[in-house]
Amino acid sequence: MDAFSSLIEGFATALTPTNLMFAFIGVLLGTAIGVLPGIGPAMTVALLLPLTRGLDVTTALIMFAGIYYGGMYGGSTTSILLNTPGESASVVTAIEGNKMARAGRAAQALATAAIGSFVAGTIATLGLALLAPTVAKWAVQISPADKFSIMVLAFIAVTSVLGSSRVRGLASLGLGLTIGLIGIDATTGQQRLTFGIPGLADGIGVVVVAVGLFAVGESLWTAAHLRRRPIEVIPVGNPRMNRQDWSRSWKPWLRGTVIGFPFGAIPAGGAEIPTFLSYVTEKKLSKHPEEFGKGAIEGVAGPEATNNASAAGGLVPLLTLGIPTTATAAVMLAAISSYGIQPGPRLFATEPELVWGLIASLFIGNTVLLVLNLPMAPLWARLLRIPRTYLYAGILFFASLGAYASNASTFDLFLLLAIGALGFMMRRFGLPLLPAIIGVILGPFAEEELRRALQISNGDVSGLIEPFSIVVYGIVALVLLWPIARKLLPRKAVPEVLAETAHEIEESHHQHGLTTAVSVERRPEDEIRRKFDRSQDSDSGG
Amino acid sequence: MTSAPRGSTEEQGRSEFGVALFLGAVGLLVIVSALLLPESAIARGPVGPAAVPVAVGSLLVVVSVFLAIDVWRGGRGEPEGGEDIELGGGTDWRTIAMVAAAFLANAFLIEPLGWPISGAILFWGVAFALGSRHYIRDAIIAVVLGVGTWYLFVLGLGISLPVGILKGIL
Repeated sequence: MDAFSSLIEGFATALTPTNLMFAFIGVLLGTAIGVLPGIGPAMTVALLLPLTRGLDVTTALIMFAGIYYGGMYGGSTTSILLNTPGESASVVTAIEGNKMARAGRAAQALATAAIGSFVAGTIATLGLALLAPTVAKWAVQISPADKFSIMVLAFIAVTSVLGSSRVRGLASLGLGLTIGLIGIDATTGQQRLTFGIPGLADGIGVVVVAVGLFAVGESLWTAAHLRRRPIEVIPVGNPRMNRQDWSRSWKPWLRGTVIGFPFGAIPAGGAEIPTFLSYVTEKKLSKHPEEFGKGAIEGVAGPEATNNASAAGGLVPLLTLGIPTTATAAVMLAAISSYGIQPGPRLFATEPELVWGLIASLFIGNTVLLVLNLPMAPLWARLLRIPRTYLYAGILFFASLGAYASNASTFDLFLLLAIGALGFMMRRFGLPLLPAIIGVILGPFAEEELRRALQISNGDVSGLIEPFSIVVYGIVALVLLWPIARKLLPRKAVPEVLAETAHEIEESHHQHGLTTAVSVERRPEDEIRRKFDRSQDSDSGG
Repeated sequence: MTSAPRGSTEEQGRSEFGVALFLGAVGLLVIVSALLLPESAIARGPVGPAAVPVAVGSLLVVVSVFLAIDVWRGGRGEPEGGEDIELGGGTDWRTIAMVAAAFLANAFLIEPLGWPISGAILFWGVAFALGSRHYIRDAIIAVVLGVGTWYLFVLGLGISLPVGILKGIL
């Protein structure tokens, strides 16, 4: 019951009029920005980060909780009405959701997404509240060596889960880690990779990196290939559902929650695989399998619930271990540490007011989301019609504003363009963005743990090997050597539902017109795994 | 569906070798600059500031070699798609140059002219670069955005932005 009393105190923190107002503003802004095509949740959080600079830390985090959920729901709206998933996790929503919208059932699709997100988000946040203190208690005891090993796992997982183009994932990770190295080394005070430029001494601000890679990179990339045709948006009324829609939706919502939360909670998760898993599950269990591919409501309800549940689950490793598994979580980590607070096992002991206030505000954010989005859906739909020239001009305008405002430095604007150019190059050559952003943000923490571990062992590398970390490195090796391990397994060993999930992922990417790349060995299963990898990369918002 | 947006596969292959070269060069730069770090008098612990950069640099060098092998054997990176994106034409460098110019104009002018004006130039310039030809309407939106965000940040959020030549007016 400990968690419950803490949670009630958390509500006391979050429910002050000021904090409630900022939760509200957060949801509103998050949805408004997140609904814009081409802007995913991570970019939304990064763009809105500077707005919270004047707030105290608890209020800022509460506002972030609103932005986080608002940004995600905005992405779903875009997927349903425009068939343009702003992030990999809503790719599935677009499959059935857009079909429903085209069949004149946009209102029902939006309603089942909103209510499903609410149900799943609430249950999963409850899961977070119950699970996180236990994990934190356990995590306090783990050594720096163990922690370093989990971070290595997170690096490898975002780089190469089921991907055959892991070379490109690793390249992206290396670039991110390099950016993370720039600046003064905290232990010795020596400048690394600053080349005597004073503006680099403090390192490159996370806002600059995230906004540069996502917002500026995206704008430049779009500028190079702008589709100069008007875009078709499906008009929508107020979201509503009839009795049949309800009876077809509630089970997928609950199943989606059960699938999404654990995937989010393991430090190697991500949201794409669980959403596809949910889709395939619903297709198998549905009484109307023939409707799948033509706009089945279960195909929206399940994956949307999964997406939200895995987002809440993702806060478990973020808050208890300081390890982000999605680009959005990485930006949140950076936001939290910019207040001088390091998320990790001690957070629950040292900052209970902040943590529980944040968790309580997740519940509030979720509720606000529902209250706000059902009546405001027609307005969001109108935002989708914003002319592309103004959209990208606006993105660059606010990107520059945010980057400048966080440090009042012109130099940051030049850096922003340089990192935007890097983002352009990565999009051009198929380097995923997620490993880079995780590398930038998690890299310095990993280095700190590594050096602490080796300090304890007095420089002996065997100090990194402990019973727990051996297990973790075993998993890392398995992930890295998966292509070889896979060949040793008989083909039938892959469960049918997983094979079908992979197939669906491939199908959806074809639908979205993503081009086919050639891999080292052109075997079909490589292709499928590459597709997995490909969509893993951007949670970033494409 | 092929991944080469323009020209032949070989042409794309050449630029992909460029990526491998870039990664290798960055890796070497990281390693060399780490090895050139002076001995620190206040170093604590057995691991100095050079160890991790050397590891990261080595990762990049190794990856660049593997990427080069991958490209040589026919592997190609997949350009990112999207609803506003039309792959298949070439890269529109002219538009990119105009967008970058608008962006740099803001960076150079933000302090002398102030954010309300430099930001408006940025917005108008990017809209123009992307093909908007409603000059007056764009200018009005740009100025409203510039002045509006200035007031929002300075008065609403307490974050100072350069006021430049509009000092005393705003």
